Amino acid sequence: MRKRITKFLEKIIESLLLISGTFTSVIVLLIILFLFKEGAGLFTNTPMEKGNVVALNKANQVNELTPAQFKNIFDQKIKTWKEVGGSSDSIKLFRVDDIASFYTEDQIGSNFEHLGACINDHISKTPNIIAFFPTEYAATGFQGKLVKLKNITIGSFITDKEWFPTAQPVAQFGVLSLILGTLWVSFAAILFALPLGLATAIYLAEIADSRVRNILKPLIELLAGIPSVVYGFFGLVVIVPLIKTIFNLDVGETALAGSIILGIMALPTIITVSEDALRTTPRAMKEASLALGASKWQTIYKVSIPYSASGITAGAILGIGRAIGETMAVLMCTGNAAVIPHTLLQPVRTIPATIAAELGEAAQGGLHYKALFALGCILFIITFFINLAVEMISSKHRGGKHI
Amino acid sequence: MNKIETHNVNLHYGDFHALKGISMSIVENSVTALIGPSGCGKSTYLRLFNRMNDLISSVKIEGDILVEGKDIYERGVDVDELRKKVGMVFQKPNPFPKTIFENIAYGLRVNGIKDKAFIEERVERSLQQSALWGEVKDKLKKSAFELSGGQQQRLCIARALAIEPTVLLMDEPASALDPISTTKIEELIYELKNQYTIIIVTHNMQQAGRVSDRTAFFYMGELIEIDETKVIFTNPKNVRTQNYITGRFG
Repeated sequence: MRKRITKFLEKIIESLLLISGTFTSVIVLLIILFLFKEGAGLFTNTPMEKGNVVALNKANQVNELTPAQFKNIFDQKIKTWKEVGGSSDSIKLFRVDDIASFYTEDQIGSNFEHLGACINDHISKTPNIIAFFPTEYAATGFQGKLVKLKNITIGSFITDKEWFPTAQPVAQFGVLSLILGTLWVSFAAILFALPLGLATAIYLAEIADSRVRNILKPLIELLAGIPSVVYGFFGLVVIVPLIKTIFNLDVGETALAGSIILGIMALPTIITVSEDALRTTPRAMKEASLALGASKWQTIYKVSIPYSASGITAGAILGIGRAIGETMAVLMCTGNAAVIPHTLLQPVRTIPATIAAELGEAAQGGLHYKALFALGCILFIITFFINLAVEMISSKHRGGKHI
Repeated sequence: MNKIETHNVNLHYGDFHALKGISMSIVENSVTALIGPSGCGKSTYLRLFNRMNDLISSVKIEGDILVEGKDIYERGVDVDELRKKVGMVFQKPNPFPKTIFENIAYGLRVNGIKDKAFIEERVERSLQQSALWGEVKDKLKKSAFELSGGQQQRLCIARALAIEPTVLLMDEPASALDPISTTKIEELIYELKNQYTIIIVTHNMQQAGRVSDRTAFFYMGELIEIDETKVIFTNPKNVRTQNYITGRFG
């Protein structure tokens, strides 16, 4: 009887464990699903604010425009219809505010009751016009031609360089500069952190005596526990002014400042993972090397490092992963200019910093909001592949491989 | 002629007194077997001669340890040079995760030898000395891990021989091997003693009897007795030696 009760209890505990496992997995999947669902919404919409239209004169041959063409027309970078596939006439811009220069207040009406008619009249009289105005004024008897604005494509989202999510009349969602900014800052961070981290790991694993290691190791692990906003604050107060003075810049908030801070933040990961890897080098293998007259250093770089190369690589990639996803410190130190950086001394903007800075001001369900989720998807995909790479490198069978 | 001599050697691991006043001599170009129960200090004693005990931080060594008449624990002794002269084979085969060729060439390369032809010649000669050449000459570029345990151990012997030591320390070299591999290693030791001074630690009485010229019996960190092997096995002077070799303890 007693045995049966124990068995029953064991079964219950087993199913509880199963439920918690399933629950966690489902939550993770749901979050990913939510991220991609919200992000995908961006590509089924045109980047124009709801309730507005763009219209042309009926005679115009142009029917469709891409978001980028639109922006360039309204920025007057495209000046003739020829550049977008029409006649060689120059483009005449019209916004609803411009109406007062064509019609008197009487014609428009004191409560704008004739505004629609005026717009309609103006468009039909001006062959090369492009007009941007609220949909309600194009309601009845409209004689112009509404332009179809092409949807944002995944290709243009990734390859366009302009990120103006709140631009009028057409928002620009090109994330190339953000992706490059993220990668640029992260890889520069690893460039700082890897030599330093590897040197520390070798020192801890091979050279330091146990007393020094017992002090250093917890200190380094403590580094991982400092909140990132503190790192950001330190960067802002110490590193940014330092860079400003050293390089004689107007502003110190640069990719370099972000990289240094990220490098410091990635150090604990790199050191801990590499040191653990170095320590797995069998003692017998190191002794064999020493017994052959190899010096301590020869043993380290000819036996220990090659033996733990996969672990060290995994540490470096994990460090990159940490740097890519880091938000707060970068937001505080990099200046956040959405331009493609050419040197480390320019401000950059990363994907996580963009999401953190803009999500608060983006209307829920709006295009900007969806674009930020799409950015999150990109970040997710990047870190997913990084983790995949780590998994593949560190699961490589050690025994049979050559060094 | 004595290749190695120790005078009143004491060794402490922290508080533990592992070797107690050991004085003995090892004859050149002979095989000396160190026997005794586990923890008696025979491996520790063996590791004195290539200063492998230095790797342990809490170790403290007193007394004179002379190799070819020179105190190897004197200030200013180049340990890497000493280890080139005093080679070592470990209990478990410990090849590097490299090719067979690179395993042998390793000792030459870390000693700064770059001449390709010289390295190739030396690799072949070492493998022949360790009776492995015939088995591996067609797969020198294969991983050393593809060899059997016995072959790996002979590879480790070849690796030690490649840098031309004059003394070869063997720490239970056959304890992890099957009987056939063990026989091969023993035959090899017999061959090698013409050119090398060999000191072998073993748990196997028969092995000590078969391969060694002289045998030393260690017990609780002390050297109880050292003599010609046949004397130790047939007519030991000390009763503890007698009890050990007849299997009454240990």
